[in-house]
Amino acid sequence: MNMREFLGLGPAPNPELAKKGEPLYLQNCSGCHGKDARGAQAPGLTRMPLVVSDYKGENMLPALKEGRTGMPAFPQLSKEDVLNISQWLQLQVELAANRGTYGGTYGNLRNQVTGDPKKGETFFAANCTTCHSATGDLAKVGAKFPQVAQLKNRFLWPTTPGPAKAKVTTADGKIVEGRVKANNDFEISLTDAQGNYHYFQRQAVKVEIEDKLTGHRALLPKYSDADINNMAAYLVNLK
Amino acid sequence: MKTLRLFLTLALLAMTLYAQGLDPNSIKLFQPLPGTWPTYNGDYSGRRFSELKQINANNIELLKIDWMYRIRGIGPQRGVGDPVIKSTPLLHNGILYFTIPDYIFAVNARTGEQLWQYEFKDEGGHLVGQRGVGMYKDWLYFESPDGWFISLEAKTGKERWRKKIADEKQQYFTTMAPLIVKNHVIIGVGGDAMDVRGYLESRDPETGELQWRWYTTPEKMGDPGSETWPDLDAMHHGGGMTWMPGTYDPELNLIYWGTGNANPVFAGQSRKGANLWTACIVALNPDTGKLVWYFQPSPHDTHDWDNVETPVLFDATINGQPRKLLAQAARAGWFFVLDRVTGKNIVSKPFTGTGNWAKGVDAKGQPIPDPAKEPGVDGTMIDMPAMGATNWQPPSYSPLTELFYFTGTEGYGLSYLYDTSPKPQGYGGGSGGNFDTRASLFAMDVRTGQVKWKHTHAGGGGGASGLSSGLLTTAGNLLFAGEFGELLAFDPATGKPLWHQRLTGNVSNGPSTWMLDGKQYLIVGAGDTLYALTLAGKTPAANNNLSSNK
Repeated sequence: MNMREFLGLGPAPNPELAKKGEPLYLQNCSGCHGKDARGAQAPGLTRMPLVVSDYKGENMLPALKEGRTGMPAFPQLSKEDVLNISQWLQLQVELAANRGTYGGTYGNLRNQVTGDPKKGETFFAANCTTCHSATGDLAKVGAKFPQVAQLKNRFLWPTTPGPAKAKVTTADGKIVEGRVKANNDFEISLTDAQGNYHYFQRQAVKVEIEDKLTGHRALLPKYSDADINNMAAYLVNLK
Repeated sequence: MKTLRLFLTLALLAMTLYAQGLDPNSIKLFQPLPGTWPTYNGDYSGRRFSELKQINANNIELLKIDWMYRIRGIGPQRGVGDPVIKSTPLLHNGILYFTIPDYIFAVNARTGEQLWQYEFKDEGGHLVGQRGVGMYKDWLYFESPDGWFISLEAKTGKERWRKKIADEKQQYFTTMAPLIVKNHVIIGVGGDAMDVRGYLESRDPETGELQWRWYTTPEKMGDPGSETWPDLDAMHHGGGMTWMPGTYDPELNLIYWGTGNANPVFAGQSRKGANLWTACIVALNPDTGKLVWYFQPSPHDTHDWDNVETPVLFDATINGQPRKLLAQAARAGWFFVLDRVTGKNIVSKPFTGTGNWAKGVDAKGQPIPDPAKEPGVDGTMIDMPAMGATNWQPPSYSPLTELFYFTGTEGYGLSYLYDTSPKPQGYGGGSGGNFDTRASLFAMDVRTGQVKWKHTHAGGGGGASGLSSGLLTTAGNLLFAGEFGELLAFDPATGKPLWHQRLTGNVSNGPSTWMLDGKQYLIVGAGDTLYALTLAGKTPAANNNLSSNK
């Protein structure tokens, strides 16, 4: 899904022009409106209706030519300058309003390691080693999930792609095992290892669905936020 | 000749009926009349409980699809994909009116035949949903995605006038179903991408002129509520959208509305305080737009927990006293029961996890948010889904079981703060993961807030996406709900699944029901298709739609 399209934002800012607009903004406007255009002694611009709806500088041009209450005129700015400044301001609007851009802006922030790896190792030894090993299945896990936020999601709840395995026992004791296709309160259907399709009415059979995540489920209520960060700090170093 | 005269009389009668507009004074607090569904929730209470019982727990096996209406020729909608019916169709004089973003459809309720279709060309706004039309006399009222409030002739779908009520360039969008109360058309707005200020409006049904506008944050510093904001700038960019229809008590002359999350959404550092009246239930006078009382389920919200879930009105006896009550299952994961006369709290209880984002409740019964559980730069985990434990899908209350029903989600979630500046804007953060997510149908005891029963899908709840439908209860001892591509009927007392019908998609709106020609219809939308179900193969017994309202 294209977030910009979903949000119905107006025409996208032109990044080339915005680049030219940035020094013009810093030189002429930032003293009063703030370096980030979010306001200082003069109001912020990025949430101002006049600016937000100003896709090509058409609103700003008369305001800058003639000045406004509390703002002098800027006759030295050409039409092109105003267009460039408007594109830089539109880009600031975009970076706040379009959450589709957050990954690019804040990716590094989500990657920072704040926990204590020593404490993470202790937590791991106490809670995880029945099923996992830092030198076995989790060796190099830090290389597999270089982004810390992703690594956290992985160890907190490692959802495995693909359908779950189920075992169905019929009334006469016949056992069918396979991957779940459909499963609701009334019916279950499976595909077995040979690719055969099986359908059962649930009331007539016993159904057991494999759950590999019991250990992870039991840990979720135990974690403190510090535990999660310590575990991440420990695991990300397994490279 | 005699036959012809009779025919003419009937034809005239039918025409007369058709021409007869919807009088808002005929709409009751409890109960749609059997042959009508005149508001989003069917009546003013939001209970979504019907006295009809021709379709009941004893004959549910006979419930079959009678007709289907599929939306064709529209194709994927901008940014959201194929059309999804989230609106609850209004029924008036045998015609159903329902919507998707930019479109209204009028359909013969007995057959599914289309009478007309209205198309609007938007110039922005979100197409995330459209909850339906409102009706007054012979007119329909509709919100376009980009902030137009439109009145149309119900007979033809011809536009009468339009008024601009919100600026899509500032990232407002408009999706809600107008609520008509006396001579007020009450309309709300949405949009939390750009820190705009929420409001609710009342407009004249004939002219569309503004009668009043109530902002969800105070006007100036020093006004009541402003003490919950650090400054005017934060207060006027504080969010609090009004994107779902509210409810109305004619006797108390109060409308009840849920307001959306505060802004900036995940970054609360520039708006320290409770941020009134965002994430609230408010009671307003519908004639003046004046606030009478408020209750805040998510003070200083930092998780995008819109509190717009229907505030459901019902009467019950508590400790031997008959009480006028209001209940809400809030997106913040708590269940609340209030006295709807005063707003005084009776029940405050988390229904998912332990409610560990709060440190307890204050003297008013409102949760006290724990600053340590606000979104953090390296993630903060709460014991409920980060994006909320329920949403806009209509809940239901049955006076027969005295239980409140809704679809809720359990699990754990991580939320992140991105914009750490002193003046964050927009979302400023996000939810970064949901773990062990299980969606269930919940039945709540309204006196204690205890979960009376809970039904988790056989597939283990499989995330929240499959349980996306609204609910309906009926005097036929039935609770209707959608689950993963099926429509189900449950025993409302126990949660036992009784019946199911596969559809072409997930149930995407709130089911509704009404009686025409002695036949009870169940209406439900699933994706791009509206389904009508009736009892097949059996002549319905006469007069079984009458029962006393307990």
